[in-house]
Amino acid sequence: MKKITINPVTRANSPFVVEVTVDGGKVVEAKCSVQFFRGFELILRGRDPRDASYLTERVCGICSSAHGTAAAFALEDAAGVRPPHNGNILRNLILGADLLQNHIRHFYLLSLPDYVRGPNLPPFVPGYKKDFRLPSRVNEAMLNNYYEALEIARLAHEMVALFGAKAPFPHSILAGGSTVAPAADVVMNFRSKLQKINDFIANRMIPDAHTLAGVYDDYYSIGGRNADMLVFGIFPRDQYDRERYFPFGAVLDGQLYQVDLQAIREDVSHAWYIGGVGQPGGDYGVAGNLYGKGMQNKQALPDREKQGAYTWVKAPRYKGRAVEGGSLARLWVRGDYRHGVSTMDRIMARVLETQKVGQLMEGWLEELRPGEPVYKPFKIPQKATGVGLTGAMRGPLGHWLRIEKGRIAGYQIITPTAWNMSPRDAGGQPGPMEQALLNTPVADENEPIEISRVVRAFDPCSACATHVIAPGKSLREFIIPV
Amino acid sequence: MMKIKDFIKIIGKSGMDVKKTTNQLVGGLLAGDKKKRPPVLWLGTNTCAGDSISFLNSLDPGYRAMITNLIDFRYNHFVMTAEGDMSTGVLEDTLAKHAGEYLLIVEGTVPTRSGGLYCVVGHRNGKPYTALEAVRELGAAAGHVVAVGTCAAFGGPYAAHPNPSRGKSVQGILDRRVINVPGCPVNPGWIVGTLAHLVWYGEPELDEYNRPTLFYGETIHNLCQRRHYFDSGIFAAQLGEPWCMYKVGCKGPVTFADCPYRQWNGEHVNWPVKANTPCIGCVNPEFPEHTMPFFEHLPDIHLPQITVNADRIGAITGTLAALGIGSHLAVRIKKGRLAKTIKKGLAPPKLGLQVLQTTPAQKLVDGIKFKLKKKN
Repeated sequence: MKKITINPVTRANSPFVVEVTVDGGKVVEAKCSVQFFRGFELILRGRDPRDASYLTERVCGICSSAHGTAAAFALEDAAGVRPPHNGNILRNLILGADLLQNHIRHFYLLSLPDYVRGPNLPPFVPGYKKDFRLPSRVNEAMLNNYYEALEIARLAHEMVALFGAKAPFPHSILAGGSTVAPAADVVMNFRSKLQKINDFIANRMIPDAHTLAGVYDDYYSIGGRNADMLVFGIFPRDQYDRERYFPFGAVLDGQLYQVDLQAIREDVSHAWYIGGVGQPGGDYGVAGNLYGKGMQNKQALPDREKQGAYTWVKAPRYKGRAVEGGSLARLWVRGDYRHGVSTMDRIMARVLETQKVGQLMEGWLEELRPGEPVYKPFKIPQKATGVGLTGAMRGPLGHWLRIEKGRIAGYQIITPTAWNMSPRDAGGQPGPMEQALLNTPVADENEPIEISRVVRAFDPCSACATHVIAPGKSLREFIIPV
Repeated sequence: MMKIKDFIKIIGKSGMDVKKTTNQLVGGLLAGDKKKRPPVLWLGTNTCAGDSISFLNSLDPGYRAMITNLIDFRYNHFVMTAEGDMSTGVLEDTLAKHAGEYLLIVEGTVPTRSGGLYCVVGHRNGKPYTALEAVRELGAAAGHVVAVGTCAAFGGPYAAHPNPSRGKSVQGILDRRVINVPGCPVNPGWIVGTLAHLVWYGEPELDEYNRPTLFYGETIHNLCQRRHYFDSGIFAAQLGEPWCMYKVGCKGPVTFADCPYRQWNGEHVNWPVKANTPCIGCVNPEFPEHTMPFFEHLPDIHLPQITVNADRIGAITGTLAALGIGSHLAVRIKKGRLAKTIKKGLAPPKLGLQVLQTTPAQKLVDGIKFKLKKKN
């Protein structure tokens, strides 16, 4: 038995920690931990509800559009307003472009150095030296694509900027629609960039992924877990949001079900939070019931000294189960990809989804109607609640909003990485990433590259993962002198 | 550049001692190169990595050119191959071998609550290595310290009221000059430009907030393409309209940055006002605290237990809010000395309630306290 700690795991949107116990060359126990906390929900309270779109984008530098979208949906739900046709399409295009950027960067910048030997130059050195299996010519070609991918990802961010003002943190995703008119020159510019990106995806990214999958095919049986997944829909087909291009769905034991929001619970028994009613280790949050009276007494306070806890991430559960989100889950629900649940499946699904979204976007451009409005003004309600659900790049993202006296009285965010990188719950059930690590073979304990490959395939992002449960009492009670 | 082979040929023809001279010359060249590419440690603290992403969005030079020609990019959690002890080892190694020479770039706020445990960057001797320790140690020995993004420069969103992690700016932690390159996120041109200046010419000229005047020398308002709409009194009444965004909350008049010229992302394709949304003042020392609400002229004031819109309390004191935007029109017309007024209104760069106590907004606080007292 040997304990291996990787602290920090880099090449993720924010560093995190993995601790595994290896016995007989295989992982028998795993813990994933996030080591930083910012407290966004607390900062949001008392603010103008319209500001949530911009401010929550600052949760995450690589998937900011997704937070902007969820915040816009939540306020639209609360205010009872719908964006105009163009507003909906433009927001889809911005989020779509940001998703392309994210997935391309994940595959090349974050993932590839696990499989492809880099040049002898910082920040590629120092690094692990073992298990690089590609012949040098292929290795060289992929490394060239690595640099090209950076240019392509930048181009995708230019697309975000075209309709969104800038990237990261696009400012045109707002409750009520979007703000840039789809004039011919802008649409043409966008289309031309999209074409370049789609070419890159088809001619570089897809073949590179297949090459990796061929050479590292053992990863189809590493990082596996039960097919338990959760998907919040992404990209509304029309402004009434009756249907989404990637639909809602819950997968339990490989079977597809409708999503029941009331079945979402958050658990803090192994996270650095203490409960309000003197029963740490219990069930503290009910996202779908956020506004219920029962929530008043259920609050969690940050407590870094809590015994038995090891992370800032809470443990959301769906029907009591640890479920994973992301490209694989979305394609599974859509029926596009049901090959299996493993490290390589997660990578392949992400690449295939990139292609799919790029193609869909070409169609959305056709649907834009020049001259028609993009934004619908509305009045902020004095008292209301709203829910904004969307798929973010990494999985299901939900914003829950409560407005009182025209200001934010409560805000709750459950992020994809909270699902994927959640810790154990009260019943001892590990989170999805911890489950996936079990049975991972480790050839060399000094270079545990297998572990990094497994966790990185989830595209984890600890920046978005750490939040407090907010509802209930006044702010002062959350600020504990330490 | 001349190849070493050609070099040797030329020297050989000149009849000098080839081996000795070349060694000297090549050694000199390499040393020169080395000097041109200082080691760079880019430390992420409580951050969203938005500034790292923005850095990668640089067009000319692109990432590849930067790491081969401009800097020796040793540490950045987003791109480096090493992880675990190997990666924190890079920090130790650079500190030991290149003290006084390397550049420390910090992205994110530095939390101070629980002795810094609200952000741990690695571990050392079996104990957590906090961002607070890392910034202190690495900052003390760096040639230059650059705070990139508004979080690192001034505290930004994570240090906003009620600042749950007790986050501080890098300058709030270090007892030495920190070059602030704010922005949420930083514009690639601002950070890469600052790096180039540091590498080639040394420290750039800085303003009173230690921001390079090269990028932060003039207000957005003065550079704005829509300035003529403002001067003619043509204002957008709602988002999405192509006129002056002042009345939907634009903070351009109190924001020092070159966004209107530089614009955003590789080809400089757009920026918030061009996209028919207001500037939210993201490079300001008081972003977002005193540039919120984003879609109103006047900022919110956070007092113990209550948040008040400055609009509502304006009547009580007759004083305008911390940023002085409201008085902008009158001042501009009367005196034409806008920039000076605004600079005065912004000082000093402290966060949260401290600002209220040291700026004209103190009057607001007094007024409200008085009113609350009266009520009770």
